[in-house]
Amino acid sequence: MELEGVLAELRESFESGRTRSLSWRQSQLRALSDILHKEEEDIFRALKADLGKHKTEAYRDEVGATIKSLNHALENVKRWMAPTKVGVPMVAFPTSAEVVPEPLGVVLIFSSWNIPIGLSLEPLIGAISAGNAVLLKPSELAPASSNFLANNVSKYLDNKAIKVIGGGPDVGEQLLEHKWDKIFFTGSPRVGRIVMTAAAKHLTPVVLELGGKCPAIFDSLSSSRERKMAVERVVGGKWGPCCGQACIAIDYMLVEDKFAPILVDLLKETIRKFFVKPDYISRVVNKQNFERLSNLLKDPSVAASIVHGGSLDSEKLFIEPTILIDPPLDAEIMTEEIFGPLLPIITLKKIEESIQFIRARPKPLVVYAFTNDEKLKRQIIAETSSGTVAFNDAIIQYLLETIPFGGVGQSGFGHYHGKFSFDVFSHSKAVVRRTFLTEFSFRNPPWNERKLQLLRSIYHFDYFQFLLYFLGFK
Amino acid sequence: MDSGKKPATMGGGGFDGERAAEMVAELRETFRSGRTRSLEWRAAQLKALVRMIEEKESDIMGALYADLAKPQLESYLHEISLVKSACSFALKQLKRWMKPEKVPASITTFPSTAEIVSEPLGVVLIISAWNYPVLLSLDPVIGAIAAGNAVVLKPSDLAPATSSLFARILPDYIDNSCIRVVEGSIPEATALLEQKWDKIFYTGNGNVGRIVMTAAAKHLTPVVLELGGKSPVVVDSNIDVKVAARRIAVGKWGCNNGQACIAPDYIITTKSFAPILVDSLKRTLEKFYGEDASESKDLSRIVNADHFKRLTSLLDDEKVSGKIVHGGQQDEKHLYIAPTLLLDVPHDSLIMKEEIFGPLLPIITVDKVEDSFDVINSKSKPLAAYLFTKDKKLEEKFVKIVSAGGMLINDTVLHLANPYLPFGGVGESGFGSYHGKFSFEAFSHKKAVLSRGFGGETSARYPPYTPQKQKLLRQLLNGSIIALFLALIGWPRGG
Repeated sequence: MELEGVLAELRESFESGRTRSLSWRQSQLRALSDILHKEEEDIFRALKADLGKHKTEAYRDEVGATIKSLNHALENVKRWMAPTKVGVPMVAFPTSAEVVPEPLGVVLIFSSWNIPIGLSLEPLIGAISAGNAVLLKPSELAPASSNFLANNVSKYLDNKAIKVIGGGPDVGEQLLEHKWDKIFFTGSPRVGRIVMTAAAKHLTPVVLELGGKCPAIFDSLSSSRERKMAVERVVGGKWGPCCGQACIAIDYMLVEDKFAPILVDLLKETIRKFFVKPDYISRVVNKQNFERLSNLLKDPSVAASIVHGGSLDSEKLFIEPTILIDPPLDAEIMTEEIFGPLLPIITLKKIEESIQFIRARPKPLVVYAFTNDEKLKRQIIAETSSGTVAFNDAIIQYLLETIPFGGVGQSGFGHYHGKFSFDVFSHSKAVVRRTFLTEFSFRNPPWNERKLQLLRSIYHFDYFQFLLYFLGFK
Repeated sequence: MDSGKKPATMGGGGFDGERAAEMVAELRETFRSGRTRSLEWRAAQLKALVRMIEEKESDIMGALYADLAKPQLESYLHEISLVKSACSFALKQLKRWMKPEKVPASITTFPSTAEIVSEPLGVVLIISAWNYPVLLSLDPVIGAIAAGNAVVLKPSDLAPATSSLFARILPDYIDNSCIRVVEGSIPEATALLEQKWDKIFYTGNGNVGRIVMTAAAKHLTPVVLELGGKSPVVVDSNIDVKVAARRIAVGKWGCNNGQACIAPDYIITTKSFAPILVDSLKRTLEKFYGEDASESKDLSRIVNADHFKRLTSLLDDEKVSGKIVHGGQQDEKHLYIAPTLLLDVPHDSLIMKEEIFGPLLPIITVDKVEDSFDVINSKSKPLAAYLFTKDKKLEEKFVKIVSAGGMLINDTVLHLANPYLPFGGVGESGFGSYHGKFSFEAFSHKKAVLSRGFGGETSARYPPYTPQKQKLLRQLLNGSIIALFLALIGWPRGG
């Protein structure tokens, strides 16, 4: 179907009013749930084809996480849709006031290639819960997943109100020329700028879920059991999600120099323990990214800092989990988001220096810290800024619906998950009701000093004066 | 509170990109020092603003009169008192707003604690408008300060007396090292917009809104756009028409003579009720402003010659001027246009397409009052929509079907004064909102903080991936307590 036709159909569906009903929203959410339960094998196949993802990783990060969000939305959408009564200041009595959430209309979602199913469906859940018509544009760099979404969304869902469109940047550009009621974008800052600039022409509000370099501060932990557990979580947080190709993956680490050798040994041991088979780790998505990542290691002073890994297989698009110690801070590997299986470790004299290190750089999506030092934790929260702070674990914060998921500064703006997803695709409309009964006639012209004094007395909460007037004694 | 360093205000000749960059760099330095973060600093600034409003009240009213011929009562009611109550509301609530919000964690992340911490965005730019130059400058500034940011305020040059008043008096009250005023027009605004801000808050029209958002996009700066639109008033027939006419009139001509983003722009009523409504409006206008409104002291004037021309040209069209049923008189020298009622102007006339922002009130008629909803929805979403009715069903339908920033049933404009309601637009009337806690949130980043310990471990998360692990993961993600128990005791073992 031609783009104009697609847009017209979506607009028509929204204007018909059917996407607003609770039953429509619930039925679409259930249909999404059906896709995830019934077409699981196809999802695994698509993710394997696109990214070499093992089905456990696929289940953990994409399928299971999304099912959890769907259940949460199904349980709560009725409550989220309900108007909320708010307080009314005495001066405004008698009126009643409430906030009524309403759908924005027809929204556009751009998702990215690294968590292609999850990052498409998670915003889609919010858009549907809020009662919108939706066009989803998955990334062409994950073609099997894109096809999977296109086929199954049209099969299971109301395909006149929820559509998937494939294609590359040219399709994206065409989409951006049109007016949407909201654009939700997950991807790189470079494309985020393009999206926001295009949206500005139509005054379309946007959410930008971008990336950055997520640091992991690794403090000295007292017991070897804790150290071991922490390192497992680091390894899980670096190479677990799509081989480091995730916006919330640990990008680099900060550790005290005397502690670095212990950390490196534990990392090597854990990598060996976890990745006994090559198919337990995703591959680099394509040749372009493979070359980008290998180029990061080409710089001789960077290559010299490799302490583990470093082997590359351009045919299989495989890069071994690689650890580096103190590559130059101005090398690209330390200035650009890595988005791959290379882990630089920066050593410091004292762990507190990590705070200054992070502050000097653009705000990341997440600051991770492995520590039991409550003072350090407080310092990190108060003195650094990031989308999220996570202590003693990584990635798992993605699963908690009660906290907002989003960036700040260069890592983006707007947030979602849980009720935040519903809110981000809604307009909170203020509704105030009055009756014809009471009349504050001193509001009306002609205005004189007396009326002004009266208003002053009200605003100073001099209710006695007010009452006298109101009862007609003045 | 003179910092002794650079002046708090800059303006006129020479405020270019370089000076703007210098200023932003200075403010960023101050922000990084942590000066604006404490409750004490924020409260001190807000208290200083209250003092300023109280001590300088007559200067402020004077400036508003010079810029807009705004009557004293309007200046008091719509600008001064609203700013003061915004300050006192923020002062009362600030401690609570600043406190981290604990939120429930779930079985999937057990054991963990989670909270949401509000932090300031950094250095923010507030661009204000000319029609409520005190309110629309200070109201967002209050939010920015409450949230702990450093602020640059750019008042509108179309209200020059108020702009230079701010430039003069603000430095005497607030902390100049963190809060600055930049006066000027397009060159100064452009210089400001080239810089990287942590947020931009703009009040004004859609054309400039697009320019602001485009400039912000270069730096991935989030924005709030408080724009306008054609705020419609639907009038049903079974109502107390005298009260309705008064409330419409005071919301239209009593608000800066119709030059307000939420002033009633046009009325829709039934063909049968229109004559009754017009009659009541005429009587109300006479009661409010006398037989010759040009002699009334209670009307603001049109802000300047450009807007005067814009408004009078709306009446140039014969098909429009022929529909005047009240008013229509003009006096260019005094920038005066009489409160004017028009009945059944053509739907495609300019007066029905563009936001009027002046003392002209067209009345459109329909057969059934419900038909008015289609008329409203055929236009872009307004900042406010009003309905006068006693019919609960009609009210429900209105709330359900019509989309607008905010709505008020049986009155106009008032919803602006409730600090518990978000104030903002939707669609062409803008995005983002403020007032009360929403102001605080508009200038804050909600940072999620998740804390885990080393108590229990779910090896099922990690490779090597076995079928057992996959099964456990399924149950864990489904929130199963048994799965959690098994995970915590370290099942399955090995790898």
